[in-house]
Amino acid sequence: MEKFQTLHSRAVPLPFENIDTDQIIPARFLKATTREGFGENLFRDWRCNADGTPKPDFVLNDARYAGQILLAGKNFGCGSSREHAAWALYDAGFRVVISSYFADIFRGNALNTGLLPLQVTDAELSRLFALVEQDVTTQFVVNLPAQTLHVPATNDTIGFDIDAYKKECLINGYDDIDFLVSQKPAIAAYEQNRTWAW
Amino acid sequence: MAKSLVDKIWDAHVVNTAPGGLDVVYIDRHLIHEVTSPQAFDELEARGLPLFRPSRILATADHNVPTRNQHLPIEEPLSRSQVDKLTANCEKYGVELYGLGHARQGIVHVIGPELGLTLPGTTIVCGDSHTSTHGAFGAVAFGIGTSQVAQVMATQCLLLSRPKRMRISVEGELRPGVTAKDLILYVIAQLGTGGATGYFVEYAGSAVRGLSMEGRMTVCNMSIEMGARGGLIAPDETTFAYVQGRPYAPKEAAWEQAVAYWQTLYSDADAVFDAEHSFAAADIPPMITYGTNPGMGIALNGHIPSEVPAGEAESFDKSLQYMGFQRGESLLGKEINYVFIGSCTNSRIEDLRAVADYVRGKHKAGHVEAIIVPGSKQVEQQAIAEGLDKILAAAGFELREPGCSACLAMNEDKIPAGAYCVATSNRNFEGRQGPGSRTLLASPLVAAITAVQGRIVDITQYLN
Repeated sequence: MEKFQTLHSRAVPLPFENIDTDQIIPARFLKATTREGFGENLFRDWRCNADGTPKPDFVLNDARYAGQILLAGKNFGCGSSREHAAWALYDAGFRVVISSYFADIFRGNALNTGLLPLQVTDAELSRLFALVEQDVTTQFVVNLPAQTLHVPATNDTIGFDIDAYKKECLINGYDDIDFLVSQKPAIAAYEQNRTWAW
Repeated sequence: MAKSLVDKIWDAHVVNTAPGGLDVVYIDRHLIHEVTSPQAFDELEARGLPLFRPSRILATADHNVPTRNQHLPIEEPLSRSQVDKLTANCEKYGVELYGLGHARQGIVHVIGPELGLTLPGTTIVCGDSHTSTHGAFGAVAFGIGTSQVAQVMATQCLLLSRPKRMRISVEGELRPGVTAKDLILYVIAQLGTGGATGYFVEYAGSAVRGLSMEGRMTVCNMSIEMGARGGLIAPDETTFAYVQGRPYAPKEAAWEQAVAYWQTLYSDADAVFDAEHSFAAADIPPMITYGTNPGMGIALNGHIPSEVPAGEAESFDKSLQYMGFQRGESLLGKEINYVFIGSCTNSRIEDLRAVADYVRGKHKAGHVEAIIVPGSKQVEQQAIAEGLDKILAAAGFELREPGCSACLAMNEDKIPAGAYCVATSNRNFEGRQGPGSRTLLASPLVAAITAVQGRIVDITQYLN
């Protein structure tokens, strides 16, 4: 996993609630057996017509918008557990998703992919959408060690929470598997000591 | 100290607590399928890690398999390659595979319980969000991402935060024509599609206890549709009767020991829940969804809301526009072109019996295509043994071979753009059943009546 510390970027707004992982990457694109290449089909059915031509009014097809931050409505990533959704966002260049809350499985998948799910309040999210609406070139600074989202143009700084362990993992590029493998002696001892094991 | 059911099971599986407070949780059963496992096997390979406990893994091919001619090679090359990769990985790592052609192949959440691998008090994971289904047996069961699939393969454990606890009680008796599916669609409509995010839900109350195991599985299956990490129901005599005698269930002395333990698996009287909700069974109507998330459900004879909170209007109207519906509208009389009966939510023998019972001696409307996809080969064989296949065929319903099918339309079973489908599955997301498809979620009974009438009707007027 790649390390994440700070990011200076514009943001791409997607002001809809309950964006499910079927929208992020439709099931028919889950047939690949590697992790790469899912970005090509990110938000496929919102981005493209049935014949594959781009829908000009969708934000990812609009040349005015750019950046490695996706700004999305609340309950982002609900539905299917497919980690391919996080891979698709990452593969398309996103490193941060900002929302006012995330579905649990998506949040975990994002953290395991090196994509930061940055949770703000509903009021903060509305303000961020308004800032991007006023000026699509608004810059944001995500500082993971300091746990802040800073907007230089307005001098706003928003703090955000993240599990201390997950923060360390992201900053250092570690993942859970390294830690869990280090636990194998304790795991074997647990198996020996349990009174039942069906 | 008084404990909730989920805490009793959780505590029995904590191997260690990591600095920072996350628990190393032991996983008893790991279910894998062709779509979310290949990258995990590759990760083991890339890191040079062995598969830690192959005997704790059950594999099947379900998401991406055809539902016709399963005896022939899969035509679609990418689907075939994914299924072939699963077979090769299972052979290489010594994992038991219930693949195509196996007498017990089927949807992963249908075959686990059938085999007796799903047991009370266990922890069960799968790279599939509907793993919560297994909670019906009093198990802590939940969906995981592929990175976590690799972690379980490597260590049989996951690093997890303890969930918050929510109890949802439904008391009383369900009205005629109201099923487990209506119960859970009603609860999700009340709480909303994100209403249980962060919680593990325990379903309780006399209406829940009165459900069969199939009904309980339907309820627990859809826990994720309100954002819950999982859902579970305390095991009881109904549970034990279902489990006893199944191939992997404990036998003889081990059975007695198991039941004695399982009888301790309930929330203590003074256990504390972080959230509680209570509903009266008598208030639950036959349900249907009208929008593009499972929380957008109404009584079948009700109306789509006219008013929504200001902040949600844009998403709400986008959803109605996709579905071709208006605010305040009734769905009664809407013509339906497709009926899909299947998925890990409603593809068990009881579901097929409910459909067959209703359609016996009737015929589907001419403009409706009605397909029934059994959850497993066992369900299919049972349906044939009971003669349900003949009843369904006479009514114009096509009984297919098992798989996830049109629930997520990874295979050929797709609903065309713009067409309406009443489906017994779990998600009505945009394009879920194929690009542009419009899904209305309902019970098998509602689906059967819709197929016969060819339009949405108030089923209480049409019950046999």
